[in-house]
Amino acid sequence: MSLVVVQFLTGLASASSLFLVACGLSIIFGVTRIVNFAHGSLYMLGIYVAYSTAERLMPLLGGAGFWLALPAAALLVGLIGAAMEVTVLRRLYRSHELFQLLATFGVVLIVDDIALAIWGPADLLGPRAPGFDGSIAILGSKIPEYDLVLIVLGPLVLGLLWLLFRRTRWGTLVRAATQDREMAGALGVDQKKLFTAVVFLGAFLAGLGGAMQLPREAANLGMDLNIIAEAFVVTVVGGMGSIGGAFLAALLVAELNAFGILVFPEISIVLLFLVMAVVLVLRPQGLLGKAEQAQHATHGEAEPTLAPGGRAMTAAGLLLVAALAALPTLAGGYLLGVASEILILALFAASLQFIMGVGGMISFGHAAYLGLGAYAAAILTRELGAPMEGALLAAPLAGGLGALAFGWFCVRLSGVYLAMLTLAFAQIAWSVAFQWTEVTGGDNGILGVWPSHWADSAARFYWLTLALVAAAVALLRRAVFAPFGYALRAGRDSPRRAQAVGIAVRRQQWLGFTLAGVFAGLAGGLYAFLKGSVFPDVMAIPMSVDGLVMVLLGGVQTLAGPLVGAAVYDGLKAELVTRTEFWRIIVGCVIVLLCVAFPRGLVGNLKALWQSRRGVEG
Amino acid sequence: MTSPVLEVSRIRKVFGGVVALEEVSFAVAAGEMVALIGPNGAGKSTCFNVVNGQLRPDEGHVALHGRAITGLPARKIWRLGVGRTFQVAATFASMTVMENVQMALLSRRRRLLSLWPRATRLYRGEALELLERVGAADLADRPCGQLAYGDVKRIELAIALANEPALLLMDEPTAGMAPGERAELMALTAAIAREGRIAVLFTEHDMDVVFGHADRVLVLDRGHLIAAGEADTVRNDPRVREVYLGPETLAADEAEADAPGWAAC
Repeated sequence: MSLVVVQFLTGLASASSLFLVACGLSIIFGVTRIVNFAHGSLYMLGIYVAYSTAERLMPLLGGAGFWLALPAAALLVGLIGAAMEVTVLRRLYRSHELFQLLATFGVVLIVDDIALAIWGPADLLGPRAPGFDGSIAILGSKIPEYDLVLIVLGPLVLGLLWLLFRRTRWGTLVRAATQDREMAGALGVDQKKLFTAVVFLGAFLAGLGGAMQLPREAANLGMDLNIIAEAFVVTVVGGMGSIGGAFLAALLVAELNAFGILVFPEISIVLLFLVMAVVLVLRPQGLLGKAEQAQHATHGEAEPTLAPGGRAMTAAGLLLVAALAALPTLAGGYLLGVASEILILALFAASLQFIMGVGGMISFGHAAYLGLGAYAAAILTRELGAPMEGALLAAPLAGGLGALAFGWFCVRLSGVYLAMLTLAFAQIAWSVAFQWTEVTGGDNGILGVWPSHWADSAARFYWLTLALVAAAVALLRRAVFAPFGYALRAGRDSPRRAQAVGIAVRRQQWLGFTLAGVFAGLAGGLYAFLKGSVFPDVMAIPMSVDGLVMVLLGGVQTLAGPLVGAAVYDGLKAELVTRTEFWRIIVGCVIVLLCVAFPRGLVGNLKALWQSRRGVEG
Repeated sequence: MTSPVLEVSRIRKVFGGVVALEEVSFAVAAGEMVALIGPNGAGKSTCFNVVNGQLRPDEGHVALHGRAITGLPARKIWRLGVGRTFQVAATFASMTVMENVQMALLSRRRRLLSLWPRATRLYRGEALELLERVGAADLADRPCGQLAYGDVKRIELAIALANEPALLLMDEPTAGMAPGERAELMALTAAIAREGRIAVLFTEHDMDVVFGHADRVLVLDRGHLIAAGEADTVRNDPRVREVYLGPETLAADEAEADAPGWAAC
């Protein structure tokens, strides 16, 4: 009994920080319509800044220095958030949600490296909270006193926010802007100032959430992505834009985590998954959310028509494959390894492009299916002694089954909600791989996943990869121009019209999602044999985002785009990683720039340029 | 008389205490053009959405050829032979005109899951025939997203005809079109309906369109069907004139009733 009480109180204490982050995310989304991926980074900055500030102030002021450091850190993080609004977010208000999410992910990478440069890679354990450093006995079990502070903080902030939004003029303006941005603008509200202030508030809350964790956990560089995935779950479950919903869902999620550890210590995350699934099936708009009105009209122009490239294009494709097949005569083992990796990632990106470009579904968790394929191949060969051929058959099956299961929930949502849900699923898959040590080896991964004898030289494995990738990409392209792809595109173009000609839009999307999972799974199987090992990283958020950047680099609506994108991005990244420890900041800046300046991608922009030139001449 | 294509019996729909439809019954026969009119808030859209499956009525039922279709999802209703056009035209903007029609044909033949054949090579001839019927064959290769609005409306009609519908539902078919185009589209629709023995139910604000093309007119007011009959009978019905023009103009002469006041309704 006392164990239950202790876990319950621990859950309540964890809920507070989660609530602060999630409601900050929600408030910013309400007014700016941007899901701020970098919100977890602001949380992480909160704890780091609090650490440094407390370190300086405590020798001077003693205990008071600590209590001063927390709000000071939150304030500074708020200002950083405001600066981010002015430099990045402001340029994205009219962009497609994909670019909003990606650009803010670029900020995640930038903040990551800045934190690495300032605070170093080691975990930093902060001081205990002066005055609350002991523990008290409740029903015979000890509870840290500081947890009680956190338990009070959550409802306190909820109450203060309620007063702010209901009882002040500024709060009324924010609510007005949340309901109708244009109308608020028409009534003479200075939108620029209001938006900056709102982002400041949201960032302040995230910073406070991070700072408050200082006595509880060590500051580390992985905090940003861990908390953002949980915050996404909280906002999806609670209902986007609802502060009360965020509070309720944060309690639910934190308690599930606390009790899940008692029930299934190995895969406690599965509980979270089940609850989220149930909530989404019963109330797709979240516990306290309002049903979203139709789709946002952020997609300025109509998507271009697609046409197969014709004979010339097919010939060019065959020529390219032939040229690539000749590569082993020129290149050595290392280069062939890089080339194989590029090919595999091109397939991964092509499968993502299929659901994004053709299906209109933005996935921020596509690496889950790559990872499922990789793990299936690795587990089969290492644990069950299956040959490579069998493992490469099982990999797409595993990816497809995973996509079938997760996709069923994902297609119930659309737009940014779908993106957040795909990310949450991928994070869950990652957690399972990370925690279920007996099967996946946890952080140590699975080693010794080698190809069969006939394919074990770099050149032979490269040829195998080339053959499979070329066939898979050709099949995917075929599907785009087959009735299946057309029906998927019809659902994207106009769900209403699609329904009115008998297309079951949701089912079509579900099957499309699954097909993409099959091809991502195949890429994952090849990836495992290429590397000879599998680690949880293969399905972590950065891998999903890598896929998105490749698609984006090449152009979302350009079928050849993913191939070009994978070559450029993976090639550059391989080069960067060998040259500098701080490659993330460079990649981050490139992503931000790409989203703000070249939303059509490299190939897409080239194509547009070429077409406009032809238009001028004709 | 043969049995009607569409039969709506005694439907009732309440939204949070407000009665949107009460005891509404009517039928549409094959080859007949029926207009559903009424002032704003009369229940036209609700009635229309009950018929097309977007709303489920609280009471009553909707039958197609005697078979109940009440509350079926839109895509199932389509399979049973109901084509639709929308108030704001909806087509697949990233496809050509021809592909838009081919899409509907692919769906009709249940080929939506096939992964191998080239979609653009299937049912071309049939699609072209449909485009010819609406006089848009010359637009076949144009991207639908770049057409003039009046053309998009015709393409919508071609898509709606792809399933050889027994019933065509048109929600404000001429909204957003220039006056000349309106008459042209309605004349085309009427010809197609007559030729194919298709029942047509449409809502409309433009009284010229209504009285120019409808065989019969249904008038809704505050959820009740207050008049139904041939255009001339309905036009001269005192209750209809009261609803549209207000009680004080009841004495106004025929000429005034046909004047802009009507057209603006």
